[in-house]
Formats: sequence, structure tokens, C-alpha cells
Amino acid sequence: MALVESTPASKERDARQRDWFERIPAGYWVVCIALLIMPAFASDFTLYQVFGWSFILGMISLSLMFLGGYGGMVSLVQMSVAGLAGYMVAIFGDSAITDISLGWPWYIAIPLALIVAMIFGTIVGSLAVRTEGIYTIMITLAVAAAFFYFTRQNYAVFNGFSGFNGVLPPNLFGVDWRQSVPFYYLTLFWAAVAYFSVLYISRAPFGLALQGVRDNPRRMAALGYNVNAHRIAAYAFAALIAGTGGILLTWQSAQISPGTAGIGPAIDILVIAVIGGMSRPIGPFIGALIYVLLKTFAIDVLLSVGLSGERFQLLIGLGFLAIVFFSPDGLLGLWDRWQDYRKRDPLLDRGEDRL
Amino acid sequence: MRDFASRHPVWTVIILLAVAVFIWLIFAQWPKELVDVIGRKKVFLNAVFNGITLGGLYFLVASGFTLIFGLMRNVNLAHGSLYLLGGYIGYFVASSTGFWLLAFPVAFVLVAIVGIFMQIFIFRRMEGQDLRQTLVTIGISIVMADLMLWGFGGDFYNISPPSWLSGPMETLFVTGVKRSSGELIYLKYPVVRVVIFLASVVIGVAMWLILNRTQIGMMIRAGVDDRDMLSATGARIQLVFVGVFAFGAGLAGIAGVVGGTFQSVAPGEDIRFLLASLVVVIVGGMGSITGAALGALLIGLAEQFGSVYFPTYAVVLTFLIMVLVLAFRPQGLMGRS
Repeated sequence: MALVESTPASKERDARQRDWFERIPAGYWVVCIALLIMPAFASDFTLYQVFGWSFILGMISLSLMFLGGYGGMVSLVQMSVAGLAGYMVAIFGDSAITDISLGWPWYIAIPLALIVAMIFGTIVGSLAVRTEGIYTIMITLAVAAAFFYFTRQNYAVFNGFSGFNGVLPPNLFGVDWRQSVPFYYLTLFWAAVAYFSVLYISRAPFGLALQGVRDNPRRMAALGYNVNAHRIAAYAFAALIAGTGGILLTWQSAQISPGTAGIGPAIDILVIAVIGGMSRPIGPFIGALIYVLLKTFAIDVLLSVGLSGERFQLLIGLGFLAIVFFSPDGLLGLWDRWQDYRKRDPLLDRGEDRL
Repeated sequence: MRDFASRHPVWTVIILLAVAVFIWLIFAQWPKELVDVIGRKKVFLNAVFNGITLGGLYFLVASGFTLIFGLMRNVNLAHGSLYLLGGYIGYFVASSTGFWLLAFPVAFVLVAIVGIFMQIFIFRRMEGQDLRQTLVTIGISIVMADLMLWGFGGDFYNISPPSWLSGPMETLFVTGVKRSSGELIYLKYPVVRVVIFLASVVIGVAMWLILNRTQIGMMIRAGVDDRDMLSATGARIQLVFVGVFAFGAGLAGIAGVVGGTFQSVAPGEDIRFLLASLVVVIVGGMGSITGAALGALLIGLAEQFGSVYFPTYAVVLTFLIMVLVLAFRPQGLMGRS
């Protein structure tokens, strides 16, 4: 009996495993393989400055997308959380400012930095969840500004205006992680981890409850969910992602200063998330790639049209305005609409019910 | 007021005591022990005056912000840019014509026109979409900041007040006693700051009167409470919106001229004043003019006292006030829940 019973079950499992393998869309394979073999043909500059930076900004933006897209809370404090994690790595670990840096080994400094960032994110979150919608933007913006001014004025811990330089990643496995290829894979790895964990959480009970809270907090409260606890937990998780991004960002430029987490960068993170689209976790990475490409190459383009290269902000601002104006859900929204348009049957559905 | 006193007797006593101590500190001649502890009275009085006048400036910026928010639910994050634009306009008008007073109406009208354009061409198209409006204002502020940097450069501009307003004036506040003759020394304070503060008080009172005593004010208040109902009664709500947006923007423009006279006009000031008005409005309560006045006064005083008595953490003091208010009264001091 046992034999007879086990055979269909194992067959089913086999089928499910094959299914799982086949269910991954072809697009994923293409992107995955392209990203993995990228170092074979891309230059060091592209790997380090363009892709490394995009992955990092994408991660920080992803934490905003997680809060904004799934939790309905647009938080401008994510860059400060990232900055704090960077600062903590510089303070607990090694930097050129030896009077302040404690020089603890990386396996203590990095987890401690992430924990501090998470605590900060949670505290800000528990303040921010007392308000809703646009108020959240205002309060988190005010917190981000306070963080910027505080780090700029505090010399005892944050070393004031100049911050910390010489913050290097540990020489783990004998690899110099600031070389372009190792750094590319390092950022790619963590970006992938962040991406898939957000994807996973968005389908896990917690993420579903969070999306329920976003859509109708009162109904979720009536169902017995603790609305604020879900929101605060979302802040804590987002802080973890932002903190990881912040540490990588600090390693990338080997320094951290108040300007890294100023008001401009905080708004840039929002710009990135909105340009990419906040409906799916891939959006922030697309936005980050566009932002970095613009920031890196806008000068050449602007100079060729006869404007000075300083007008980069204007370009970004106008692009952002255009996106918000014509496609509030970012490039992902444009893509979705195009897909819809292609699938539409021209005879049956003339698209009158769509806007 | 009486309502508050009967509901919170303990708090009333504490607030009254604090006010009494504050008034005593301002008017009394300080005994020597007190001077030893917190420094000279002149420093203290200067901080008080600077704080109050700075509060007046903050009120000018924040009242437009809170009015626009209260009526249209539009968090205008480009408000700081309007402030800066007003400052630049004021500088060029004042320096080219030589009339300082002329800068105010010109800045008011021009910035109000910018506000009208923003309301008609941008915000009307996305009415009721709070988040999208806010994002658009962020975009506008980025673009405006860069355009202004392009047009006016990164220099600091100072709007100089006319000669009849420059220089210090004697006030009635005693800072100390001359040791040799026993004469009282009175505090000297810049005339222009006092005049501007009085002007902002006048503007504030006028706004309060318009809001509470006139037909237009009635319409605006009705709109704050229930926009849809107001338009259902036949009021031309779009006109009210445009008018309020223009007025709020114009106030920011005037504040820019004031700020340029107090301090200076430079890139980056837009963000600073946007943040100040954010904090003021969060502390005072969204959409409330009295709240904006109270919040502006508190934040102005906190900033000045912070920079005098504990310079490193001045910003943190402002921030602390905001956190405390949020923790105990999330709707703001004067806000309605």
C-alpha cells in the first residue's frame, strides 16, 4: 500500500519541481545571465560607477518602494537610515579618523551598524505612523533634515562637516572588494538578496496583511490585525534594506559625510522610486539605473546642446515632473499600459473603459 | 480658553507659571546669582527678540503654507522656492529703484501670479490626488531651484533697508545698571526687525479678521471643513482656490523680501524655509492660522535660544519640540483631530 501511495506523491513533487523551474519567466533568465556575465565585456568604470552605484541606490530606493508601494507610507527618511548605517560602520569599524573609530572587527561592526540603523528606522517609523499620507512625507522630511543638520554639527560622534573617510570594506577571503569586478558582484549579490526578500515578503502573510492595511486600515483593524504594528514592522524591515545599501554606499566612495544623507539625496531617492515605479520591486532598480546614467552622462549631452553641465538637476527635475504628470506609476506603469494595449482585441474592446 | 483651564488645571498652572517666569526674566533686573548661572541679561534679551522676530518671519512663510494646505489639502513643497523667488525679485526691485517698500507689492504680485499659474495649470488637473500633487511640487521645487541658480548665480544677495529704518533703537527693556553712575542701561535693537515684526503681526491679525469676519473668510473656512458641500451650495470654489493659492504664494514672496532684509537671499534658503514652515505647521497644527503663529513663535524662540545657549544642538531642540508635539498631540497644538 505504502509503495502504491508514495509513487503518485513523488511524481507530483517531481512535477512541481519541474514546474517551479519552468515557471520562471524567460525575462528573468535573460536579465540574470546578462548581469552575471556583465564583467566580461563592460569597462571598470561601468561596473563600479554605473552598475555598482545603481544597485546601491536601487536598494535604498527599494526600501522606500516597499514602504510606499506595499505599505502606502512614503518615507523620505530612508536615505538617513542608510547614512546612519554608513556612519556606524565608520564609527564601530575602521576609518582614517582614528580618534573616533573604534576599530572593531567587521563581524561585530557590520551587524551592529545594521541593528542601530534598524532601531533608528523603527523609532522614526513609530513616530511617522501616528500620521497618514502626505503628513508622513512632511514628518519624515523633517526627520531627514534634522539628521543632516545634527551630523553636520556634532563633532564628538559624527565628526561634523567632514565626516569620515578611508572607510574600507574588510579584506574578506583575500579579495579587495573595492576593485571593480568584486564590488560589482558584491553589490549585485546584495541587491538580488534585497529584491528577492522584498518579493518574498510581499507574498508572505505579513506582506499581504501590510497591503491590506494600505488599502483599508479600518477593515484590517476590525479583522483583528494590529495596524500600527504592521506599519512599524515594515519600517524596521525597510531600514534593514536601506542600512545594507548605506554600508555599501559608504564603501563605494570610501567616505561618509553629512552631504551623503542630506535633503537633496533624500529627495533623489524618492525621485528614483517614482521614476521607476512603486508598484513592483523592480521599479526602483530601473529608476536608479536611469538616474545614474543621467547623472553620469548628462554633462556630455548638455554640453553638446550648448548648455553648461551644471543643469543636471534641471534635467532630472523636468524628467521627474513629466513622469509624475503623465504616468504617476512611473516607467513600470508605462510598460503595463503598453502591454495592455498590445493584448487588447481591436474588435471587441475599443478601450473605452480604460483611462 | 476657560474650557482648556477647566479640563487641564495642572497644565494651566504650569503654563501660567512658565509665562510668569518668562515675563519676570524679561522685565526684572537680574540678580547677580542668576547672571552667574545663565549669563548676562543682554544676551538673553537679544535671544528673545531675535527669536520673536524670526518667529514673525516664519509666520509669514508658514501661514501661506498652512492656508493652502488647509483649503486644498495640497502640501506645497515648492513653497520654499516661492519664498526664494520673492527674495530675488525683492532684491532686484529694491536695488534698481531704490525704494525698499516697493519691493513688497512687486514681490507679492509676481509670486502670486506664479502661484495662480501653478494652481490653474498643474494642481487643478490633479485635484484630490494628494500624493501626486505633493510629488509634483517636489519636481517644481527642483526645477525652480535650478532655474534660479542658473539665473541669479550662487551669490548671496542682501536687501538693504532704507536709511530711516537702519540703525538701532532704544527699547524699554533694561539690560543692566551702569556701575559708575547707577543709571539703567536699555537694550538697543535694530529698528528694521521691530518694524517688520510689527508688520507681520498686522498681517496675521488682518488674516484672522478676514477669515473670521468676512464673507470670503466664511467661504474659505467652509471650504476647509467640507469642500464638496461648499461647492454644492453654489460657491465658485475654483475661484476661491485660485485666490487662496495666490494669496499664500504672495505671502511667501513677501516673506522672501523680509528674509532677504533680515538675513540674505541665496540658493539653499528655499529648503531651509520650507523645512522651517513644515516644522512650524506640524507643531502648530495643519490649516490653522493661530497654530501657525504659535508654532512660528515657539520654533523661532527655540532656534535662537538653542543657538545662544547650546549652539551644537540648536537644530535638535527644534526637532525635539516637533517630536514631543507629535508624540502627545499628533494633530498639532491648535489642530483639530
